[in-house]
Amino acid sequence: MADIPISHILFVSTALFFIGMYGLFTRRNMITVLMSIEIILNSVNINFVVFNKYLYPDRLDGIFFTIFIITIAAAEAAVAIAIIINLYRSHRSIDVESAEEMKY
Amino acid sequence: MNYSSYIALIPLLPLAGFILLGIFGRKYFKSSSGIIGTGLLLVSTVLSLYTAYKYFFVDGKAGDTYQTITALKFTWLSFSENVSIDMGIILDPISVMMLVVVTFVSLMVHVFSLGYMKGEERFATYYAFLSLFTFSMLGLVVSSNLFQVYIFWELVGVSSYLLIGYYYDKPSAVAASKKAFVVTRFADLGFLIGILILAFYGKSLDIKTLMENLQSSELAAISAASFVGISALTWGLTLIFIGGAGKSAMFPLHIWLPDAMEGPTPVSALIHAATMVVAGVYLVARLFPLFALTHAALSIVTFVGIVSAFLAAIIACTQTDIKRVLAYSTMSQIGYMMFALGISGYGGESGLGYTASMFHLFTHAFFKSLLFLGAGVVIHFIHSNEIKDMGGLRKYLPITNLSFLIACFAIAGIPPFAGFFSKEEILLASYHSNKMVFAVALLTSGLTAFYMFRLYFSIFWNKNTVVNSHHGEGPVSMKLPLVILAFCSIFAGLIPFGEFVSSDGKALDSHFDPLFSIAPVLFGVVGILLAMWMYKKESNKPKQISNSLGGLYKVAYKKFYIDEIYVFITKKIIFNLIGRPAAWIDKNIVDGLMNGIANTTAAVSNWIKGVQSGKVQSYAIYFFGGIVALAIVFLYLWK
Repeated sequence: MADIPISHILFVSTALFFIGMYGLFTRRNMITVLMSIEIILNSVNINFVVFNKYLYPDRLDGIFFTIFIITIAAAEAAVAIAIIINLYRSHRSIDVESAEEMKY
Repeated sequence: MNYSSYIALIPLLPLAGFILLGIFGRKYFKSSSGIIGTGLLLVSTVLSLYTAYKYFFVDGKAGDTYQTITALKFTWLSFSENVSIDMGIILDPISVMMLVVVTFVSLMVHVFSLGYMKGEERFATYYAFLSLFTFSMLGLVVSSNLFQVYIFWELVGVSSYLLIGYYYDKPSAVAASKKAFVVTRFADLGFLIGILILAFYGKSLDIKTLMENLQSSELAAISAASFVGISALTWGLTLIFIGGAGKSAMFPLHIWLPDAMEGPTPVSALIHAATMVVAGVYLVARLFPLFALTHAALSIVTFVGIVSAFLAAIIACTQTDIKRVLAYSTMSQIGYMMFALGISGYGGESGLGYTASMFHLFTHAFFKSLLFLGAGVVIHFIHSNEIKDMGGLRKYLPITNLSFLIACFAIAGIPPFAGFFSKEEILLASYHSNKMVFAVALLTSGLTAFYMFRLYFSIFWNKNTVVNSHHGEGPVSMKLPLVILAFCSIFAGLIPFGEFVSSDGKALDSHFDPLFSIAPVLFGVVGILLAMWMYKKESNKPKQISNSLGGLYKVAYKKFYIDEIYVFITKKIIFNLIGRPAAWIDKNIVDGLMNGIANTTAAVSNWIKGVQSGKVQSYAIYFFGGIVALAIVFLYLWK
């Protein structure tokens, strides 16, 4: 454990964050967009855990935050899926571009 | 003794009537609204008669002087320690007298209207407006604060406007109501400035305190301060008089009064003859101790009064619309009251003019409302206002004939009718102070007799008109007020008025002198005989005389072209020199600025609106870009 440098793990989490970001911007399927958001959240989780472990090994604050984020992510997923279902009912599609009429 | 418990009800009952009928009248009390309005006013009338009895005979006097009693007062708006706008009720001889006159005449008109306005579409609205008017007039006469006077003054103007424009589908009525409102409003501007000048120097808005201050401690200051060589006191009082002249239809602000006859006839009787138009006289009388301080302001009052009296009498001789004749006669009689105030002094014997003026106001209210209600019956009967459509009506309208005759005698100043005594006192007062005014007033009283009997003979004698009217004089509700008012027109003059109302509250002995009254009565009789000779039988004498007078007759018929002068000044001078440039500036510069701002906004938003594309992901990119930019700013640039 101790022989993995912190920079490696931070690299993984940064990579995950930008992968999620890329998916968020480019995917048209809303489920995929939702998945991208989950990836971003997980990259943040990794950051929390790593910093907790490496900087303050005798404390648990970062781990608690992770648990909170996981819980909220679950709730957020439920809401997002509800939105997607409603969009599907009204537009017969879950393509983000099908909800484009909310503009000027 | 405490008056306040019931005296506030006198103005508040009509207000209740206005609110009740104004909100619910058309829906729930369509036919009973007249009874409701009249009933409430009847209570007010009884209360004010009781107040008058109590004030004049029981506890108004302290020693030999009538006191000014503040029956009720609360502060409404307080500006500083001394200056505040209060709502209050004061009782002194003139306000108590006015309470009686206003409620009584208003009651007569309410009763008369039950018959006259029957079947009108907006019957309830009519009664609501009448109640509003009565409320405002009562509030005006009992005001304890100069600003309260102003508030009710404007309310009176509004209700007059509403009632003149009652037939709002008639363009001439709408024009007349607008004219009345604009002209009196214009005059009220003077009133407001006058109030502010007086309050500035008198350091109070309360009438009693203001007068005390100005008579003693602040007199030097207000007399010393001057503008264009005229002292601030004179300016303030003159400006207030302009307001009064506007409401009282004094020359040259009288142009609205004849047009105001477009309203229903009972309204003319109430507002444009008996009560509202005397508000100006009342105002001068209310502030009379101040007017008495400066000779200049009183001279203006005298001059305006006598010119109005004479001019209006001449015009009245030539008019052919019976209501207009009565309107000009009103203006002439109010001119009498005005100059009587103008020539009066303050206190003791020299205050005869003041008493005479109030006395004439009192008697005039009765016979003038009687004349108008009589004219109302005639118009109701014949459906026309023009003299040429009338004649020989004495057979159809016996009660109206008799009461109209009584009123004509009263206004002509024939003893023993009411007008004789009051006019007598005015003439006597003017004889003692200014012979020139006396001469004109005497001539005017002859003219008054002439034009009133011209009207009387033209309506009730002269040619026989064929009338195929289905109704007679109308219901009891129309006849009863005529009888009551005729009774008052006969006997009101016998009241020893000087004992109750005088400039300083002390009793003033009657100056009745049979020898002095020979001349005025003679003038009156000559006027009557002349009118009889010309108009009793149908003939071409009037035509011959008017032809021989030529231009003079035409000028009088055209009301001395005063309306035309106003039109010239407003349309040609004010509109062209001020109105049009102002309109141009408004249209091009003010509006241009506003339009410019709006157009710029529209153009900019048109240009940037593409940002809101509806694509959620591009929003996310902007959001992300924004965060990156902020991160750069906070981490690297903002150190």
